[in-house]
Amino acid sequence: MELLFFYMFSAGIIGASLLMVTRANVIHAALLLVLTFFFMSGIFILAGAEFLAVVQVLLYAGGIMVLYLFSIMLMNVEVSVRLRQYHRQSFFAVAASLILIFEVWTVLGRGGSYPAFKGFSWQLGATPGNVEALGSVLYTKYLFPFEVASILLLAAMIGAIVLAKRTIDR
Amino acid sequence: MQEFISAFFGDYSVINGYVPLFIFLLVALGFAGGTLIAALIIRPHKPYPEKLAPYECGMPPLMEAHERFSIRFYLLGILFLLFDVEAMFLFPWAVKYDALGLFGFIEMMLFIAILLVGYFYAWRKGALEWA
Repeated sequence: MELLFFYMFSAGIIGASLLMVTRANVIHAALLLVLTFFFMSGIFILAGAEFLAVVQVLLYAGGIMVLYLFSIMLMNVEVSVRLRQYHRQSFFAVAASLILIFEVWTVLGRGGSYPAFKGFSWQLGATPGNVEALGSVLYTKYLFPFEVASILLLAAMIGAIVLAKRTIDR
Repeated sequence: MQEFISAFFGDYSVINGYVPLFIFLLVALGFAGGTLIAALIIRPHKPYPEKLAPYECGMPPLMEAHERFSIRFYLLGILFLLFDVEAMFLFPWAVKYDALGLFGFIEMMLFIAILLVGYFYAWRKGALEWA
């Protein structure tokens, strides 16, 4: 049953991302990317990584896509839709993807024989409770890095305001 | 409910908790798609130019509806993303709230207080204003 869900979500990811890269309209591509994120969060749930699934939906589909859509809306989309698309990089793109496929195949084809995979098991239908486990460690053992993360966010916020306000005011 | 789910999907620990969510998703998609298809079948289809115009009375549109957005939206988008990350940190804390107790509460209030400084900075600098 879980294998069925896994294939369903994987087919969704592949289908949505193929549609995404072939759209001429950038906004359609961005919305298809959101769909891909949702299917990916399904895969994360199947792997028992519920926190990653929530991050995928809340941060990627919610937050980062907003930034993508805003940067798309900052440019003239209508002009780029009407332009003839050119594929001068197609040779390099095909070469790079072939190398990537070869790398993935060599790593996955050997199964667990790599030292980095020792003691690591990824299985469908792992026990849930990923969020609880994270919560019990993050707020006790890793208290200091957690509080430092808020300082990092504060620095990012102030930096964004300083940079953007100067551009707007000018 | 649990027996019903187990009867259909077997004893898979992860999936069981999410089956109601999946059924909910299917019903939502089915309702949206079914309504559109039903309306397509039932409704009469007699178009003419006036009916297809965006506004039947009023002035004709001057320019395209697609317009370039102000850069101000982008700044708001970045601030939203940062507070979104903050909300992300709140999630495991809310799940484990009982076990963490007062210590966790104080710790999270400190976290929020540090980010609140950034919020007041944005407010003070007028990053949230349109003038």
